[in-house]
Amino acid sequence: MNIERTTISGARGLDRDEPLSFEQDAPGRTGVDLPAAPDAPDRLGGLRRQGGIGLPGLAEPQVVRHFVRLSRMNYAIDYGLYPLGSCTMKHNPRLNERLARLPGIGDVHPMQPQSTTQGVLRLMSELAHWLTELTGMATVAMTPGAGAQGEMCGMMAIRAAHEARGEPRKRVLVPESAHGTNPATAAICGYEVDSIPATADGRVDMAAFEAKLGPDVAGLMLTNPNTCGLFERDIIRIAELIHGVGGYFYCDGANFNAIVGKVRPGDLGIDAMHINLHKTFSTPHGGGGPGSGPVVFSEALAPYAPLPKVVQRDGRYELIEQEDGPRVGRMKGFHGQFGMFVRALAYMQSHGRDGLKQVAEDAVLNANYVMEKLKDLLPPAYPGPCMHEVLVSDRGLDGTGVETMDLAKALIDEGYHPMTVYFPLIVHGAMLIEPTETETRETLDSFIRVMRGLVEQARAGDEAAYFKAAPVMTPRRRLDETLAARKPVLRWVPEAPVAEAAE
Amino acid sequence: MRYLPQTPDDRAAMLSAIGVGSIDELFRDVPAAVLNAPIDSLPDHQGEMAVERHFQGFARENLSPASAPCFIGAGAYHHHVPATVDHLIQRSEFLTSYTPYQPEISQGTLQYLFEFQTQVALLTGMDVANASMYDGATATSEAVLMAHRITKRKKSLISGRLHPHYRETTETLLRFTPYDLEIRDPVIGGQGGLAEAIDKDTACVVVQNPDVFGEFKDLTGLAEACHAQGALLIVAVTEVVSLGLVTPPGAMGADIVTAEGQSLGVPLSFGGPHVGLFACRQKYVRQMPGRLAGETLDADGKRGYVLTLNAREQHIRREKATSNICTNAGLCALAFCIHVTLLGEAGMTGLAEVNHRTASLLAERLTALPEVKLLTERFFNEFALDIGRPAAPVVEALAALGILGGVPASRLFPGEPSLDNVLILAATETVSEADIDRLVGALQEISA
Repeated sequence: MNIERTTISGARGLDRDEPLSFEQDAPGRTGVDLPAAPDAPDRLGGLRRQGGIGLPGLAEPQVVRHFVRLSRMNYAIDYGLYPLGSCTMKHNPRLNERLARLPGIGDVHPMQPQSTTQGVLRLMSELAHWLTELTGMATVAMTPGAGAQGEMCGMMAIRAAHEARGEPRKRVLVPESAHGTNPATAAICGYEVDSIPATADGRVDMAAFEAKLGPDVAGLMLTNPNTCGLFERDIIRIAELIHGVGGYFYCDGANFNAIVGKVRPGDLGIDAMHINLHKTFSTPHGGGGPGSGPVVFSEALAPYAPLPKVVQRDGRYELIEQEDGPRVGRMKGFHGQFGMFVRALAYMQSHGRDGLKQVAEDAVLNANYVMEKLKDLLPPAYPGPCMHEVLVSDRGLDGTGVETMDLAKALIDEGYHPMTVYFPLIVHGAMLIEPTETETRETLDSFIRVMRGLVEQARAGDEAAYFKAAPVMTPRRRLDETLAARKPVLRWVPEAPVAEAAE
Repeated sequence: MRYLPQTPDDRAAMLSAIGVGSIDELFRDVPAAVLNAPIDSLPDHQGEMAVERHFQGFARENLSPASAPCFIGAGAYHHHVPATVDHLIQRSEFLTSYTPYQPEISQGTLQYLFEFQTQVALLTGMDVANASMYDGATATSEAVLMAHRITKRKKSLISGRLHPHYRETTETLLRFTPYDLEIRDPVIGGQGGLAEAIDKDTACVVVQNPDVFGEFKDLTGLAEACHAQGALLIVAVTEVVSLGLVTPPGAMGADIVTAEGQSLGVPLSFGGPHVGLFACRQKYVRQMPGRLAGETLDADGKRGYVLTLNAREQHIRREKATSNICTNAGLCALAFCIHVTLLGEAGMTGLAEVNHRTASLLAERLTALPEVKLLTERFFNEFALDIGRPAAPVVEALAALGILGGVPASRLFPGEPSLDNVLILAATETVSEADIDRLVGALQEISA
């Protein structure tokens, strides 16, 4: 029996809409009880706000429901596989959350006298040790706020080093498969971006790379493993060549999860690399941050690493905030994303060097397993084993009328978050699948079964209308992005009074 | 290892399915000489209890503001965070989701970002706000870059009373651009001659309000001076709770407002992660950095939200983007949004009032001490004192007595010996009259 039911409330069981908090206003309600203000004079000298702010009044139970209902409209790694390539959506351990909230860790003020913050400084020093040992690099700048700021920190150090030698250079070489942050970062550092093409096997075209080398090349920005999920076989040669023309080698460390504990970037000739603590070291992505992007540096660039940094002197930890010299300046307020440092260090200590090596091996194993089981229907974009993520093009959908986006949206109905789509740009209809090491074989098998089933349905052609309409089982169907951009509505505004609205 | 589900049998079966004999065959593109280099200096894995004990060791070596009267501000403030905030941000669906690239299964994130943007716009008195930046300092630096893009002018004027971390972060971002920064001296009181220094080359003027010494000013005249020359006024707010009580920057004529949102919902966490707020006038929205959530309709005509105006961003525009920012401060923005929702109109103004009156009481009590002079005429919850002797050793002596007694200006301005006797103190709703008594008593003891 197939019964369609339109409910009176508009809800569908557990699936219900939630109005904006601003639409639930009852003046006089509040979700806090405040202490009484002490009896002391007003010191604002007539500069008080005129009129109200416009915030709605809700009591605490309403606020809890509001946000719990909103939360239920989100997919999450705690709910299921989240195979977003280049994002490393792995399990986020709750121990790390507990430790970040310990009194004496989560509530320490950044401007306390250093005599009262020895523990947090020691924590930062220990994390710095792990990061430099795991990467085989000379030093680390802890402060960058996320990956893109880490890139900026590294590229600024490169520019500062060239300027210190009295030869500012103009060009930075960036593979055309790079993440958009790479060229955007190079531009902020005042560089011209010069694209390097990829070979048919998804790696740096060495001939093209060598042809572009010259005395005006400041450096190279390369992701390794690269955005096609492949290890750059010629990486040591690449480093030698860029050093040969006096340039520096920046490595985008977004994909460090593939090699952590297995390969030390310092052994590859890299001069600077950011590490996304919110990828490799499991700090939660929080719907778009906060991240943390410490940058490790080689001996050559170490003098340019920005402050602050923690040093140990006579058994005490000291935070160096100011110093004369050629360093890159301050990257952000205070001392970095300390709360993320806590979580990342807890993750590292839980795994140890043995567990971290296993992380890389299992991440690579899982990705290759998915590649193997899909390859007859969705052939990989490039031959050979992949690293922690597998890249496929939309060749497997040729002639079906179903596009990469349609497949991704159908996956949503199947209960999965889609893989990264249409990135990297050099592969047509790209699908970049990164399962991570924290998924079971059974989960991978289920995902593989669904992917295969969807491709087969697409090829059979009898579900064409569905694929174009998918998803159909979500809180919202496909959203009109053109409308959103053409007439941007970026905030709530109260409804106009009736008289005006009637005009 | 509890986080790694594959068993030895799983691994063997999967390697066999792939058709390789060992895991290192999958790493065959890595030069053999660098594969599996031993990392002898690091320990092996540890259980949950061992790791927890290790971190309790770190925690014991710090003086927690939860157990000491705390009068420290200077860009980060010790406020009470309602239990509801921390519970809700730990909902799996918020904590462990990614940037909302698939809007159909990210409406929760997108709707709270839309609410957050509305809250920030209302508090700052501006038209629109983005979905957050890393922190107040980076938001301010990006605002300066944005002003140069809009005006196509060469120079920015930076108030000497802008928080030094904000100034330094801005200097870093602009170091390799063709733009110049003119930075004024940190003189307490007055406008510092900013209005007179604006000319046709000025892209923007950057001021903090209340400033780093706590002084709150009417910026209307400065805004008029900026606009008369076609320059933009950027106002940075480090204590966002102030916006519950004071005339907001938007009402004084600001063109871009940046702020540190940590005070609402976000723990101090030794300086990060915090949350940068960024708001501007509607006409500049396409020059904004960062992500924006916008309202739209779905295929059934239902209201929903998406990330919008992506044509400004690095993943579309690459080297021509308005900023390289990608990951921002999503979860801290959520904490801010929940706290502001709990507060509501009455709570927001009430909280600000408690902060203000508590600081006023603190100022009254401290200025009754001999040789202590108040340097800040109008303030919100933070002010500067001349204590008649170097402030840094006094702060150390207070710490030894278990009191976090403010920030010596010398820590923020190490190159300005004229500020050596200046102590900057803040008082939030967490400060009790007993805390104030303790501070006053301790200061008397130290000077005795």
